Amino acid sequence: MKQALLEYQKVNICYSGTRVVQDVDLMMRPGEILGIVGESGSGKTTLIKSALGILGTEGRVESGRILFRGEELKTLSKERLRQVRGSGMGMIFQNPGASLCPVRKIGTQFLETMREHKTLNKKEARDEILELFEKMNLRDGERILNSYPFELSGGMNQRVAIALAMILRPSLILADEPTSALDVTVQAQVVKELMEMRDIFGTGILIVTHNIGVAAHMADRIIVMRDGKIIESGSKDEVIYHPRNRYTRKLIEATPKIRSKRRRPDEAGFRGNRIDQGIYEPKAVV
Amino acid sequence: MRRYVGKRLLQLIPILIGITLLSFGLMHLASMDAVDVRYEKQGTVVSEEVKAQIREELNLDKPFLVQYGLWLKGVVTGDMGVSYISGKPVFETFITKLPATIALTLTSILLTIVVSIPLGILAAVKQNRPLDYLIRFGSFIGNSLPNFFVSLLLIYFLALKLGVFPVISGGGWNSIVLPTLTLSIAMSAKYIRQVRATVLEELSKDYVTGARSRGVRERVILYKNVLRSSLFTIVTLLALSIGSLLGGTAIVESIFMWDGVGKMAVDAITMRDYPIIQTYVIWMAVIYVLVNLITDIVYCFLDPRIRLEQGEGI
Repeated sequence: MKQALLEYQKVNICYSGTRVVQDVDLMMRPGEILGIVGESGSGKTTLIKSALGILGTEGRVESGRILFRGEELKTLSKERLRQVRGSGMGMIFQNPGASLCPVRKIGTQFLETMREHKTLNKKEARDEILELFEKMNLRDGERILNSYPFELSGGMNQRVAIALAMILRPSLILADEPTSALDVTVQAQVVKELMEMRDIFGTGILIVTHNIGVAAHMADRIIVMRDGKIIESGSKDEVIYHPRNRYTRKLIEATPKIRSKRRRPDEAGFRGNRIDQGIYEPKAVV
Repeated sequence: MRRYVGKRLLQLIPILIGITLLSFGLMHLASMDAVDVRYEKQGTVVSEEVKAQIREELNLDKPFLVQYGLWLKGVVTGDMGVSYISGKPVFETFITKLPATIALTLTSILLTIVVSIPLGILAAVKQNRPLDYLIRFGSFIGNSLPNFFVSLLLIYFLALKLGVFPVISGGGWNSIVLPTLTLSIAMSAKYIRQVRATVLEELSKDYVTGARSRGVRERVILYKNVLRSSLFTIVTLLALSIGSLLGGTAIVESIFMWDGVGKMAVDAITMRDYPIIQTYVIWMAVIYVLVNLITDIVYCFLDPRIRLEQGEGI
């Protein structure tokens, strides 16, 4: 069996003394897309932030082990952890512009990230960035690199943020609600782009979302979280079409539908078409 | 940009007229005029006829608006008038005092920057750790002590006890040390707290988490991202301080006998020496408008969002 890409073993996380993630066990294989769904406050964002060690001053992994490619993250030196961040794992945030410094040009921020991990000159960096942009169908690369984040639309910023997370070709992307702050048409594009990252580079993606539609469309496996615990997990088909837990069923049923007649998720386009067109926008409101 | 600067400089004209008119009016509300004050200070008694004659010579017998008009006419033609008290040309007097004030402004601002920015950043980075508490305690003390008290402490220890620096200004390079320290201690204390608060606020922003998630070193995050964003607040503070320092610091200048424009202004106000007061008021207005203008231009370079917004408007 191939080594797990990311593994959580009995992980407990607390924020300001309150436990927000309890006894979480999960395992991701390389190149896999794992969706974590659940309502706001269920601990899903905390869970993925803990992998990068960016819980902030208040958050702390109380117990358990988090392993990335077999290495326990807690035991890594500061420098080794820094190297893993960016080149091993990348992260995409909910607010597209927020992960970019507002007063510095996008090109400068790309260059800064790259130079923190390898030695290269400006031209080499620029060529590498433009090559990635091309693969991602980001046109007008030079203009993007010479722009400030505020000069681009929200959707474009998110695509740039994906490119920035991918520039060092990490084997895992942690995506925290990457589509929630975007309008519907752009959501579809971002979802598509993320999936292409797996197709092109074999990147594993751990996507956190409250949007079951996005998870159903992207993920190979889905985990449902509630109050910091995993209450259901399984393949996409198992969780979406045959949910065992009552909460999961409620979550799926609570998905708003555009048409008056309530449909099963699979009928309404979870398979791809409608979400690709940006017409269907299911949201789990529980 | 050039048009914008031109427009801002043109705005100076109404500001100057308004402010000089106001100060002229306020001085005339006082019951004594320059002639009364001069003879009272000298302790000599002169007849009302003599006083009236002097008033006539100085145009003090004319109606208020005429006096103002005459003064304004002089200013426009490059004549700032003569001091009622010393009889010397005002512009010359002012110009001789200015270098001292500018020197004190520069040294105290530089020292403040050198002390407060690193300490403020250090306190923010070491938030809630012993070093942070120590820096905050120090800045709290610095904030609580009034300038005159700091200067007395410095004189006592550094001038009287240790004899390292002169008590009063003797014109040498070391004369500037004590006034500079006095001004910088209070300013640094204020700045450290501001820099710490700003850096802490920036450090909590998402883009910092974003940079950390990409493996960017803390040092790079701090100096290339956070500090750049924090400069906005720091520049604003500096502009305010430079403005007030260039206006002279009456108390510190008086204590150390530092012959700057602050002391000159206080003396002129006491003696109702209108031409000097008016020149001082013009200087202050010009300084504030210029400092604000320069600050706005610096903002454009610090934050690209402002550059564009302004660029569209001008």
